[in-house]
Amino acid sequence: MVMLQIVPYEEIMTLSSVGRIRKLLNLAKEDKIVLLQGRLKKEEEAELIKATMEEINEDFKGIELAVINPTVENLTGFKNFKNRVINALLGNRTGFTVIGPANIVKQIKKDPNKIELLTSEKTNQKNKRNKRRNNKKR
Amino acid sequence: MGILALLRRFLFGWFSRRDSIKLGLYGPPNAGKTTLANKICVDWLGEEMGQVSRVPHETREIQIKEQIKLEHKGKTLQFNLVDTPGIATKIDFEDFIKAGLPEKEAKKRAKEATKGVIDAIKWLDEMDAVIVVLDSTKDPYNQVNITILGNLAARNIPVLIAANKTDLKKANIKKVQAAFPQYPVIGISAKYGKNIDNFYSSLFKLVK
Repeated sequence: MVMLQIVPYEEIMTLSSVGRIRKLLNLAKEDKIVLLQGRLKKEEEAELIKATMEEINEDFKGIELAVINPTVENLTGFKNFKNRVINALLGNRTGFTVIGPANIVKQIKKDPNKIELLTSEKTNQKNKRNKRRNNKKR
Repeated sequence: MGILALLRRFLFGWFSRRDSIKLGLYGPPNAGKTTLANKICVDWLGEEMGQVSRVPHETREIQIKEQIKLEHKGKTLQFNLVDTPGIATKIDFEDFIKAGLPEKEAKKRAKEATKGVIDAIKWLDEMDAVIVVLDSTKDPYNQVNITILGNLAARNIPVLIAANKTDLKKANIKKVQAAFPQYPVIGISAKYGKNIDNFYSSLFKLVK
């Protein structure tokens, strides 16, 4: 079973950068696929990668990360400026961010308007093995 | 970006424009950063910079070659070349075992690779200009590419994208250009030196 946790932007809005990264990384380490409303700052994305690297061990292999932001990239002129001001004041709530533990999410394929999550065969095989074991027990 | 970094960039812009600058090579693992670094170093210093390998994360430490003097069409450019470990969001020692490494060595490589990624990100603030090396046979919409470019833009660091491995059939430079229309993209084969003169021309435009 794959667990998807939706995180509204309000949940991370008041947190510091470190707090946001910690929260998202902890969820991924609990084998949950995180769907965050909006996106992190560019610097926070880099810090998330750094924090992930610090935590990698034999059980936790890292994360898969993707940000989808379909409308903002097309904005120009005043609309773009307005959007930047709003993002600076209230945080970037447009689009969404997907963070999945690498032992579950093998790859995230991304087009500008589409996201595909490919789950790991290992996990599927592990799940199948667990199911078989449980059935035998019954 | 801190005030000191901004100040440094300002001073770099006004006073150090023609002195040695730090030119970074960034990108995901196995995109050909060290192959390109070797090509540049062989062309202008007569010696290679580092080892290359088919196994990802061959470069796990920052490598620097100082005082490279590049001459092109009567102009001279002097820089320190910084080759960085490939940036990734996941590192699995089992992938290295599959690539043929013994378990102990694979685990050691994974540990060193994680440290290498951290160092590469830390060094972003030190760069004056960056060549982002991408494998043109692979999907450019990878989040690592977007995060690297976003962080360079946030720091106002000039960027040139080298769409590498154009000698391979699957190479698709147009896809890289379509993914990052705001950056200059040049297709090269660092391994065979394909289009390397145009790459040097683009390098001059990047830092001058």
